[in-house]
Amino acid sequence: MLIQLSLGGLSLGAVYALLALGFVVVFRSSGVVNFAHPALLMIGAYVIARVSTGAGRPFALAVLAGVLAATAVALVVQRFLVRPMAGRSLIAISIMTLGVDTIGQTEIIRRIGVDGYLPIADPWGDRVFRAGDLVFPQSRLAALGAAALVIAAFLLWLRYSSWGVAMRAVADDPQTAALMGIRRTTVTALAWILAGMLAAVAGLFLITFPSPGLQPVSAAAALRAFPAAIIGGLDSIGGAIVGGLIVGIAESVAQGYAEDLAFLGHGFHSVIPYLVMLAVLLVRPAGLFGTKELHRV
Amino acid sequence: MSRRRLVLAAAALVVAAAPFLIDSFWLQQGLFAMAAAVGALGLTLLLGQAGQLSLGHSFFLAIGAYGYTFLAADAGPRAGGLALPPFLAALLAVLLAGLAGLVFSPIAARLRGIYLGIATLGLVFLGQHILANAPRLTGGDNGRSVPPLPGFGADAGSTQYLLNVEWGREQKLWYPLLAGTVLAYLIFRAITRSHLGRALRAVRDRELMAGIVGVPVTRFKAYAFLISSMYAGLGGVLLALVFRRVVPETFGIALSIEYLAMVVIGGLGIAGGAIAGAAFVACLPPVLERYSGLLPGLAAGPGDAGISAPVAGKFIYGAAVIAVLLLEPAGLAGLARRRPRRNAPSATEPIPTGTRK
Repeated sequence: MLIQLSLGGLSLGAVYALLALGFVVVFRSSGVVNFAHPALLMIGAYVIARVSTGAGRPFALAVLAGVLAATAVALVVQRFLVRPMAGRSLIAISIMTLGVDTIGQTEIIRRIGVDGYLPIADPWGDRVFRAGDLVFPQSRLAALGAAALVIAAFLLWLRYSSWGVAMRAVADDPQTAALMGIRRTTVTALAWILAGMLAAVAGLFLITFPSPGLQPVSAAAALRAFPAAIIGGLDSIGGAIVGGLIVGIAESVAQGYAEDLAFLGHGFHSVIPYLVMLAVLLVRPAGLFGTKELHRV
Repeated sequence: MSRRRLVLAAAALVVAAAPFLIDSFWLQQGLFAMAAAVGALGLTLLLGQAGQLSLGHSFFLAIGAYGYTFLAADAGPRAGGLALPPFLAALLAVLLAGLAGLVFSPIAARLRGIYLGIATLGLVFLGQHILANAPRLTGGDNGRSVPPLPGFGADAGSTQYLLNVEWGREQKLWYPLLAGTVLAYLIFRAITRSHLGRALRAVRDRELMAGIVGVPVTRFKAYAFLISSMYAGLGGVLLALVFRRVVPETFGIALSIEYLAMVVIGGLGIAGGAIAGAAFVACLPPVLERYSGLLPGLAAGPGDAGISAPVAGKFIYGAAVIAVLLLEPAGLAGLARRRPRRNAPSATEPIPTGTRK
């Protein structure tokens, strides 16, 4: 039971890690908290679901279309809304992205209906994988595999590619990076592109089985990437991955033992990410791996 | 300046005489605006004056609304209540919200900027969880009715007249809400003009510098959070009175974002801005609904083609938040100020300028 729940948690956590990564990448490049991240996820997932249900279209095409759509929206937001606000208060820019999120989510929810859902025709369906006592949905296995692959590719890219190096340089020391000839606006645009791509992939695996498809509550699942990013520390790549896994496993285990946890109320698993976050913040105000800002007065 | 005073005095007169001048629909809008304005004042104090972002406002609004309802209601078969006198219940609900703010302030005061915004997101989900699991408090998912203030709507059944005006529930609620809003405004003004207000603005502009000149930063940030949560508590009480019925799902994350939209659209940190923004965001959906026949693209009724009024409202305030922050950071208050004095120095941004590295 615990093994199965941990595996489920790992799979869910890997998806949260994807989301938290996109979030952290934008924060590291410009200090902006992108509250429009759930909207990017909804847009990507919506396009994937829409394209995939058409007859005779390969699933890979649907995924590509979804990733492109989310990336395009992210890039437009960065180019036309975030960039003109350069030099302004970071909180103001972050609040602006809340406006973007409101519009994006309202439109997607209007399209699928407040009580409705949009089914997705993915290749895994509701089939399960059996090994002895272990029963595991194929879609969750695919989520775990794909997320691990994407995260590994991202880490390698960040470590070895010249753009990855530029990105790390800007995060470490924006002024020196600028003096070395790295264009911060390009790096920021790149960060938003990555955020869009990661959000669409995460969106895909949030709406496959056991979820019936894209629902208005999918956005609430996307929001749980925020505590994941905070637990790890907003400016830490490794922290985002660890935070995502912690949130995913905590949620999955709490859901699995819901009967034993009944005294904490129905649906307790959906608040546990936030409780873990608050507990971490009490002890470490900058998250587990975040940079502490120290001032002595 | 005297012309400005004249305009203000005229506006005050109109507001004071409103129940005798305008019909129930617009009175209802005024009630929505006043109830929302109180909560918005608290948020603009926290965000605009102290520079602390909170997404947890709906949590404290919920404490005010449910605190009042539970304390004032009679115990029934489905939902509990303590049957306290309504004014006492309202006072206790505000204190309860303050207590919740106090409990959270050790976290709130230590976190910097954006971390607080996300941490307070946790409060909203915690609140939703508690409401979903406390049917005796909430009366279940369909909500419960809110006990009215005595003498201001208790005898809803009978028709009463005052100076030849039919004195319905909107008219009865007008003066208590006006009193609450004026009180909230006066306290806001007193705080921003006191040394606490100056200290909070110092923390907002340069936290480190404020600490150096002797502002107890952590303690004052905790105060700001506490005061803001009590404002939200009173705002919640008024909201419950105006809605007459409280439903748990009202107090979700969307409500917090609505309040943020109010204070941003109006102009951060400014009382008049918070009130104008509250009026704009709170009254937008019902006004759109009423005039949906005249506006192209809007659905005239449920089930019709086109965009429904609540959805259109969300689009508009979302776009307004973006437009204000991009084009006129001082909000509606900035626009109003800009006209008479064209050569005045441009207003500084009322939120902290990025002190990053």
